[in-house]
Amino acid sequence: MYKVINKIKLESIIDKNEHWDLEIKPKSNLFDLNLKEVWKYRDLMLLFVKRDFVSKYKQTVLGPFWHFIQPILTTLISFMLFNVVANIPTDGVNRVLFQMTGIIIWNYFASCLTNCSSVFVSNAGIFGKVYFPRLVMPLSIIISNIVQFGIQLLLLICTMILFVVLKGEHIYFGWAWFMIPIYIFMMALVGLGLGIIFSSMTTKYRDLAVLLAFGIQLLMFATAVNYPLSFIASKSPKLYNIIKLNPIALLVEGFRNAVLKGNVDFHSLIYPFFFSIISLFIGMIMFNKVDKTFMDTV
Amino acid sequence: MSNTVIKVENVAKQYRLGEIGTGSLSHDINRWWSRIRGKENPYLKIGETNDRTIKGDSDYVWALRDINFKVNKGEILGVIGRNGAGKSTLLKILSRTTLPTTGSIKIKGRVASLLEVGTGFHPDLSGRENIFLNGAILGMTRKEIKAKFDEIVDFAGVERYIDTPVKRYSSGMYVRLAFAVAAHLEPDILIVDEVLAVGDAEFQKKCLGKMKDVSDREGRTVLFVSHDMQAISTLTDTCIYLENGSIHSSGPTNDIINNYINNSRNKEIIYIATEKSDIPKITRVELLTTLPNNVHHNGEDLSIKIKVIVPFAIRSAWLAIQINDNKERNYIQVSISNTEMPLFDHAGDYEVIATLPKCKLFMGKYFINIYIAEPPGGQIFESLLQICPFEIVMFNNYREYPWREGECAYIENSAWKISKI
Repeated sequence: MYKVINKIKLESIIDKNEHWDLEIKPKSNLFDLNLKEVWKYRDLMLLFVKRDFVSKYKQTVLGPFWHFIQPILTTLISFMLFNVVANIPTDGVNRVLFQMTGIIIWNYFASCLTNCSSVFVSNAGIFGKVYFPRLVMPLSIIISNIVQFGIQLLLLICTMILFVVLKGEHIYFGWAWFMIPIYIFMMALVGLGLGIIFSSMTTKYRDLAVLLAFGIQLLMFATAVNYPLSFIASKSPKLYNIIKLNPIALLVEGFRNAVLKGNVDFHSLIYPFFFSIISLFIGMIMFNKVDKTFMDTV
Repeated sequence: MSNTVIKVENVAKQYRLGEIGTGSLSHDINRWWSRIRGKENPYLKIGETNDRTIKGDSDYVWALRDINFKVNKGEILGVIGRNGAGKSTLLKILSRTTLPTTGSIKIKGRVASLLEVGTGFHPDLSGRENIFLNGAILGMTRKEIKAKFDEIVDFAGVERYIDTPVKRYSSGMYVRLAFAVAAHLEPDILIVDEVLAVGDAEFQKKCLGKMKDVSDREGRTVLFVSHDMQAISTLTDTCIYLENGSIHSSGPTNDIINNYINNSRNKEIIYIATEKSDIPKITRVELLTTLPNNVHHNGEDLSIKIKVIVPFAIRSAWLAIQINDNKERNYIQVSISNTEMPLFDHAGDYEVIATLPKCKLFMGKYFINIYIAEPPGGQIFESLLQICPFEIVMFNNYREYPWREGECAYIENSAWKISKI
């Protein structure tokens, strides 16, 4: 008997001194993001980005040109509809450029949000078979959208040059352009934050996925994509106050003003900034809570 | 420092059955409410063992319960058990795709799990691109993959197709490429599910060899789950046998395989079924052996007597008998169908006697499988697996040197001609 107890004691002593690389327990710390591990998987993140680009237009004739065709056509239609037919003013900037700027920044945000929001459901196949830090997936989505946005920004610049050369129009070019990365970054934070909140909640209850699918279209109307905020302010101050609650509207308007007019209003960045930080914080907590066991409920 | 690289302590996993819908919302609220009051999760107290054949009262089942074991460095551990015994759940927890409900697992070293070959393969990407992607998903860095790239392509034998999208690959090539990537991982612990079931025999052998190599030469630990007793017994030294979510037994592979076989088989030497059925049903199977207790002499006629109740006429019936050994290798199949003679073409009770003249099976223990079905592709009315255990002895077949077990499977008649030239 004594020997047995001794043995058990000895084992527990050995056990305490042992170093384990990994401990799998039912619950983990909600705030432990394990960014170090995500960094280890950076190669995977980049390969996912590459996969998105390489596979997207495989077996198409026009290939990468589709990156340009889609915003060009959308711009033309919006221009016809909002500026030619409805004759909505554009705060004195070139109307085509006004539409194009709004559309590429909105596309960027919308696809960050929708892609992140389905990250668990659409990758259940991979997640169920292999472990890697789940955060790699939404981060790679954000990166690949930033790259895509970069391509469309080039299109915008080309269009600007075209207007200068062909029509001799005066177009702003200056230091305010350095603000572009800040807007991009903040939109990424909001897209990532809201996206992973949605994705964490949809693993068990799919209702939110349905809501988001049409919600994002409605949100586009409530975001000053095709019209300037000043137009709403002049028509209905009440509505203007409501739309101002939408941080995306402020970001889109701010981005457009910075790019096309060189006006930077730091004041209007405060609310979107806090909104993005808070949504990201809540998103991370929810993601952390769900990502280890979502395979059981998805 | 002990030699243990995996230590599993009191691991349990609970699942909720049925659909997730409005009911689960009320359970979630209930759970949340008890957590706020500082009580434990009310649904952990209920839950039943996971026997899928019995209808339970509770919506919660324990897929795993009280799992404790250790794995040492360099060991190949097999995990066996029937479908639904909890093997996959255990592997999922070990490979961190889900968490245990209670308990903990401690691991030393890098783990790679292979629950499926070709995870994350994108059909539109080329073989080359997929090697990099798949390797990274499994935890390799770009540099490691680059260094092993040629070896991987060589192992898979798909050099010619390496820049073709994998959707154009034959399924065999696809699997070879996927396994080749996995086989060149360098983890300290490799977790393998039944991924070898695909691919041709030659490639399977190559994979098994590679796995054995990995643990022998490089001191890596392998956890291997399979239904293939042959693969388990050649590859592993120790084994865990799971049943209904708990460990039934563990120890040297051969003992555990015997446990598993004895446990999962019918020990009745005469098969009798009494339940009623409205489709054709076998009610009794009996072997007519030369010695009592289902012991039979090699070289004597072996007959199998089957009683069948046929409630309706079957237009084209097919009855097949298989004889296999305790590693589930089939040695004999005989069958009869209505194209050869009238078979179950009227409703009624039938007696079928099949005789194997001068049964040539080598000494050993065997079982019978019987199927009644429509021709392949049609409905299967009855399939009895692993019934009527019997033994073949060779007392009558004298040889100067005694027969050894497992020497062969079958003794064939032979004619010899020897002349001096």
